[in-house]
Amino acid sequence: MSAAAGDITARSTGRDPYRLGRGDGGHGVATGHGEGGPASPFVTVAYGFWIFLLSDIVMFSAFFAAYAVLVNATAGGPTGRELFDLTTVATQTGVLLTSTFTAGLAMLAAHRRAMLACQLWLLVTGVLGAAFLLLEIQEFVTMIGEGVGPTRSAFLSAFFALVGCHGTHVGLGLLWLGTMMAQLWVKGFRADIIRRLHCFSLFWHALDIIWVAIFSLVYLLGASS
Amino acid sequence: MSNNDTFEDEPPNHRDLAPGEELIAEHEPAGGLWGYVLGFGLAILLTAASFVAAQTDLIYQPAVISALVVLAIAQMGVHLVFFLHITTGPDNTNNVLALAFGVLIVALVVLGSIWIMANLNENLGHMSLHDAEMLP
Repeated sequence: MSAAAGDITARSTGRDPYRLGRGDGGHGVATGHGEGGPASPFVTVAYGFWIFLLSDIVMFSAFFAAYAVLVNATAGGPTGRELFDLTTVATQTGVLLTSTFTAGLAMLAAHRRAMLACQLWLLVTGVLGAAFLLLEIQEFVTMIGEGVGPTRSAFLSAFFALVGCHGTHVGLGLLWLGTMMAQLWVKGFRADIIRRLHCFSLFWHALDIIWVAIFSLVYLLGASS
Repeated sequence: MSNNDTFEDEPPNHRDLAPGEELIAEHEPAGGLWGYVLGFGLAILLTAASFVAAQTDLIYQPAVISALVVLAIAQMGVHLVFFLHITTGPDNTNNVLALAFGVLIVALVVLGSIWIMANLNENLGHMSLHDAEMLP
């Protein structure tokens, strides 16, 4: 401990004190123990966004818990078995999974600083995300048109709240994606733009993780039981 | 912000990694493009397995829920490893600990709710609506 402190004071002479521990201050290894001084903005921003994503997932878990508790409270109305169309769900799943893959390809292109490839993959991601959202809106409109809206039973209230909350996230993600494409186009691969782009890709991957839970535990389980 | 604080401003093995950050290194068998392709393939396989498990008659009906839960957790793991690049390495300790805490809260909320509400249903199950209104 004292040796390390002595080490720092000895080496800090003639150096910018705010750069202490950056670079070689970590003694050449990633420690994971908070040694090596303050992390770079890229790490802190992404870590803060990671905390947000986890809290978002905790919020979704409350919707999942409500759905699991109310799944049999159909009030004499239709059950999931009668309502869910697995062909549409399979299409939605494929579309969203592919969009998360193309978002990853966009991040690889950003790493190479390849503007055209990055914009192209972001555009593909956005088109697939919009297709997903369209299918979901279509499903909701059809259901409400048949009189099985969120007011029909507690089961349907919980279903619309959970799936609608995910759909809202996808919609907001699409707005963010469009903003990022415009910012990237105008401002280029600047440090702050790259940070935002990275946060967007984290967000998009997290949305697909939540969709995995929804299609397995809501649609497939509802249609099979 | 200045232009030199992106992920390239310092040697990456000198610091902790951000969530979702991946270092494309030669010794990583599933790094870079191949990591995404491999993760995409595994996710497709697990998704297909879920759809088959839900619709086939080969699985004992009450066990379908277990199959679906296991397949869903497996696919979430694939997403975390191949798309979000969460590893067990020392440069990922902070990310993994935050994730572990999130998983703990999710498990408490979901399992706790199901447990308590199932208990209430069990204990109040034989009661008619009229009886329920008579409760203090």
